[in-house]
Amino acid sequence: MAKTDGSTVVLREPLPDNRTWRDGTLGTVICQFTRNKTALVGLIIILALVLMAIFAPLLAPYDYAVIDPINANQSPSAEHWFGTDAYGRDILSRIIYGARYSLSLGVLASLFGTCVGVIFGAIAGYCGGQVENLILRICDIIQSIPNTLLCIVVSVTLGNGFLPTIIALSLYSIPEVVRILRANLLSLREQEFVEACRAINCSNLRILVSHLLPNSLSPLIVSFSLGIGMKIMSSAGLSFLGLGIQEPIAEWGAMIAGGRAQLRYAPHVLIFPGIFVALTVMAFNIVGDGMRDALDPKLRR
Amino acid sequence: MTRYVVKRLLMMIPVLLCVAIVIFTIMYFAPGDPVALVLGDHYTEEQYIQTAAELGLDKPFFVQLGIFLRDTFLRLDFGTSYVLKTDVATELMARLPRTVIIATVCCLLQIVIAIPLGIAAATHQNGAVDKLCVGLAMFGISVPGFWIGMLMILLFSLKLGWLPSSGVQHWYSYIMPCVANSLMGVGGMTRMTRSQMLEVIRSDYVVTARAKGVPERSILYSHALPNALIPIVTYIGTHFGRSLGGTVVIETVFGIPGIGYYIMSAVNNRDYPIVRGGVTLLALLFCLVVLAVDILYAYIDPRIKAQYENSGRKKKPRTPPKAKKEAAANG
Repeated sequence: MAKTDGSTVVLREPLPDNRTWRDGTLGTVICQFTRNKTALVGLIIILALVLMAIFAPLLAPYDYAVIDPINANQSPSAEHWFGTDAYGRDILSRIIYGARYSLSLGVLASLFGTCVGVIFGAIAGYCGGQVENLILRICDIIQSIPNTLLCIVVSVTLGNGFLPTIIALSLYSIPEVVRILRANLLSLREQEFVEACRAINCSNLRILVSHLLPNSLSPLIVSFSLGIGMKIMSSAGLSFLGLGIQEPIAEWGAMIAGGRAQLRYAPHVLIFPGIFVALTVMAFNIVGDGMRDALDPKLRR
Repeated sequence: MTRYVVKRLLMMIPVLLCVAIVIFTIMYFAPGDPVALVLGDHYTEEQYIQTAAELGLDKPFFVQLGIFLRDTFLRLDFGTSYVLKTDVATELMARLPRTVIIATVCCLLQIVIAIPLGIAAATHQNGAVDKLCVGLAMFGISVPGFWIGMLMILLFSLKLGWLPSSGVQHWYSYIMPCVANSLMGVGGMTRMTRSQMLEVIRSDYVVTARAKGVPERSILYSHALPNALIPIVTYIGTHFGRSLGGTVVIETVFGIPGIGYYIMSAVNNRDYPIVRGGVTLLALLFCLVVLAVDILYAYIDPRIKAQYENSGRKKKPRTPPKAKKEAAANG
């Protein structure tokens, strides 16, 4: 956009909001993110948890499923750092293995919800008209069922297990993603660059996939990363109720539920898994906040 | 305004019908046989056929669906529980107040605790107060409420013996469930209030008010807060609506015979009438709360009132897009 302004030639007009043309590119986002010390701490915690999940067989001092009734409900000691549960299983080992389920459930459920939401949100936002109306009404219907109950009912119908739990957890976030993306596309599709694309005969699919979606990526990334923490929390809640992922698999929520019966004399059985749920959710929330601050130029200060 | 409300009420009917159909279909395909669960371990084939006929489970899918919709929406009859043999509507009504108490107290706690915290954080941005408030809010949204609930039982019921660990016999039985359940809402709301206030405090009219020497207190409460209120009200409303059905886990922890606990145990027993009736009732309440919030907007913001009044055929987004985005971002 060259513009002659008297004797000087201004090559690039400054964008509004004091943004420079490099804002929003990957480098700037990473730069912004790493400047945020809290977010970095969150990221380090997540990396540590991921490593813990990957190398669980090497790190865990005991087998997570071996039952040892003689050593049941032992308090934390040198042999069992976090003590043992009602079946004499080592809690530390179970927490280390449980990280596999909690992390993958959280990430995959959030990813699945975002992907499905993006498909429908893109259709709604770009097509408009009756299709949009239909999709939004379906969202209304899903959202008017209380989310915990929807999760429970779907989980019961699909059964316990990894894949059904992912679907049950992600179902509720789909309408949210649809609404976010649609709202974004509504304003984007009126802009000049879309008109320019039309003028050079881009197909609708191409406009959508290579021009509109990249421009609405940041709210989606934010909702994805903040969604992970929520999904981990919900999956713990679901397992706590006896749905989702269950014994003998080590899942943090199920471990908390298992500790309920001996709350009075062996509180450590539920304290430690809970600490790990809280820590993980907090780390993902902190990183999600960091992502939002890095991606949203309006909040940058 | 009345026309708008009536229109919204009418639009609720198809949504509720669809919710009922969805929940009916999901439960219909749920594994597990309610007839076998009612009869127990030993039964003959005749008994089985007879019970299935009694419960109306021998009819084809669409006939069952039709009967269910007719009974629920035309006769307002939620049916009889398969296992307990009691009237579902009566039971739901008996349990609803307990859940509503928890949801309402949580809502009040949010307003009383979270809004001041959020304002304090925003006015002391990046200071120690802000860091503390943001940290507390982060704690609130990250810690599982049911876990904190059990730690509270451990401390206040088992060790100190101050509060009962379960039941609803006294008013103080509600203290722990309400606190445990409100953590997430209070945390989320603090974050929401803070970000909204920060946005408003930077706006031109606040600068103008400062420039002409309006005292800081009055800037905050009569210029900034009302303008930041819309997303906050949205958050309270949706959170209240969700709490009605979302207290299942807390009700399980504290043994409160509320509506969520009732539905949860019915899900396990494949007691379809309770699940369908309960979920439909909660969806109705949720829609009413959302409508109430939308009406409340009109009193907060005259611009929205004008929008409602001359919305002929023009569609109005249910929430300002910005508020929705913020709500989604803040969980």
